[in-house]
Amino acid sequence: MDISSDETSTTKHKFMLFVSGMSVKSGHAIENLRKICDKYLENNYELEIIDISRDSEQAVIHQIVAIPTLIKVNPAPRRIILGDLSDKEKVLRILNIRE
Amino acid sequence: MQEQTKSHSFIFPKTPTGVDGLDEITDGGFPQGRPTLICGGAGCGKTLLSMQFLIKGITEYNEPGVFMSFEEPSDDLTLNVKSLGFDLEQLKADKKLVVDHVRVERSEIEEAGEYDLDGLFIRLGHAIDSIKAKRVVLDTIESLFAGLDNQAILRAELRRLFHWLKTKGVTAIITGERGEATLTRQGLEEYVSDCVIVLDHRVIEQVSTRRLRIVKYRGSTHGTNEYPFLIDEDGISVLPITSLKLNNEVSSDIVPTGLSGLNEMFEGGGFYRGSNILVSGTAGTAKTTLACYFASQQCENNEKTIYFAFEESPQQLVRNMKSIGVDLQKHIDNGNLLIHSSRPSLNGLELHLLTLRKFIKEFKPTTIIIDPISNLISVGSEHEVRSMLVRLIDMLKANNITALFTSLNKQTDNFRPDLAEESVSSLVDTWITVRDMEGIGERNRGIFIVKSRGMGHSNQVREFVITNNGIELLDVELGPQGILTGAARKSHQFKKTISDIKLQNEINRKDREIERKRRVLEANIEALKNEFESAEEELSILKATEELQEKLTSKKTK
Repeated sequence: MDISSDETSTTKHKFMLFVSGMSVKSGHAIENLRKICDKYLENNYELEIIDISRDSEQAVIHQIVAIPTLIKVNPAPRRIILGDLSDKEKVLRILNIRE
Repeated sequence: MQEQTKSHSFIFPKTPTGVDGLDEITDGGFPQGRPTLICGGAGCGKTLLSMQFLIKGITEYNEPGVFMSFEEPSDDLTLNVKSLGFDLEQLKADKKLVVDHVRVERSEIEEAGEYDLDGLFIRLGHAIDSIKAKRVVLDTIESLFAGLDNQAILRAELRRLFHWLKTKGVTAIITGERGEATLTRQGLEEYVSDCVIVLDHRVIEQVSTRRLRIVKYRGSTHGTNEYPFLIDEDGISVLPITSLKLNNEVSSDIVPTGLSGLNEMFEGGGFYRGSNILVSGTAGTAKTTLACYFASQQCENNEKTIYFAFEESPQQLVRNMKSIGVDLQKHIDNGNLLIHSSRPSLNGLELHLLTLRKFIKEFKPTTIIIDPISNLISVGSEHEVRSMLVRLIDMLKANNITALFTSLNKQTDNFRPDLAEESVSSLVDTWITVRDMEGIGERNRGIFIVKSRGMGHSNQVREFVITNNGIELLDVELGPQGILTGAARKSHQFKKTISDIKLQNEINRKDREIERKRRVLEANIEALKNEFESAEEELSILKATEELQEKLTSKKTK
């Protein structure tokens, strides 16, 4: 567990966040994710925000159904979280990030 | 929706489905620009029906389509429908079709907070806009319920989706699995309420039949029955139970029966073109032979003929008919005759009917023969067979095809045919019965006409024999106790010949006797004449003597 937590803290996190235009939920998701990342991952992350209303091909490629969708690409395992990420504890648990 | 249902003065806009028969039942197709729900259990053809809707839309009505699959990956779909002759890849390349596989893997997905299905909307919207689609299929959107937890969101979003589809103006099909008490597992019928179609797959007595029923169709009339449908190599075809009207054209043309003796039994000299003829009889009464005679005659007249044999293979039929001098091979070779053999139990009645339909469509015959129709009863119940026959006969009448069915009935003592095919008999126009007439140690075949609509016909039972040269109808032989057949006919004929000879002899004898009598008479006359002459002579002598005496006496007195 120590090792994994070390890894979590050391390896670079890579996220993809799929949003749709300027919807309220999308805004919330971006905000919530930034908060979490800034607090726990401190610059050790990469976040790509994809607006599928402009780039709908990406929605097909990544099998996006719900908006907002967060995909954790790195580190493995790949995780998909739907929702505006307002449930912080749950998000942290899913992403395997220790407080 | 409200606006559209208000007015009924206009013709309800519909999108033809391209599914054989379905447009007939729905009176034109699915409601245009609205979603239609198709639900049913596993394996009853929902995906296929919707796929056919899209593909026919593209190929026949030039309406591009989007297929959003929630279950099968695009490649699988392509492969599945390829066996039905649909080439999805080509349509995709032509920018007529978009297939999007939406995969929601529950194990990979977590939910944290509020979300909506904008992803789906955008994908669908993008697909529709990219090819200007007019038709959309959402194949089992209910899969989303298995992949996502938040039912409240899902329901709200689905409601929004269907509304959005309407505003997009696309004609959509939404498929759903059949639920326990509801039409669909998730109660989709609450959202899609314009047109709901239920598919069903039932197995009755080991024979499976697929059925389709329109549960509701807002703003339009529709057939309410359960309609059987079939899936074969051309996709789905729905068979309307009966055509709605009985107004097919009739012909007064006569087609000969192939047997001159039988022709004579009909006042018109044969059957009406486009009529249905039933030849019924017990085993071994030459029903098939009669049928082949008719087939051969029709081919001879260059009428295209299909012979559906449920008992014999084509080769066997050809061989057997050759033995009595009917050459079917010749007609097969020049393309006038097609013999199609299959076992009745090969498939359900519906598929048989479809096979007939397909052959009729492809071969365009003017005559068909089904030998024997009674074998089909082994496949379905009498009621089903009847309903199938009604449809078959409707179809044949609509195409003005002359049809001859043979029917095997059980041996009964009753002179009238037994009632096994009573169900059929009221449907046919002409009914000929061939039967065994058993007598002193022999069996003879007799043929008679039970009915013939619109044509006078003989009331006699005619005996016929089958020789190496074929069937021959014998002249009616009337004996003291009615019509004679077989050996009785022969002995009657023998007796008649003998009595004829006797009569002739008698006449000759009488002739001779009269001759003799005349001669006697003539002799008598001669004798009497002589007698008379001598008497006359005597008298004249007497007179002369008297005259002389008188002369002498007068001289003396002077």
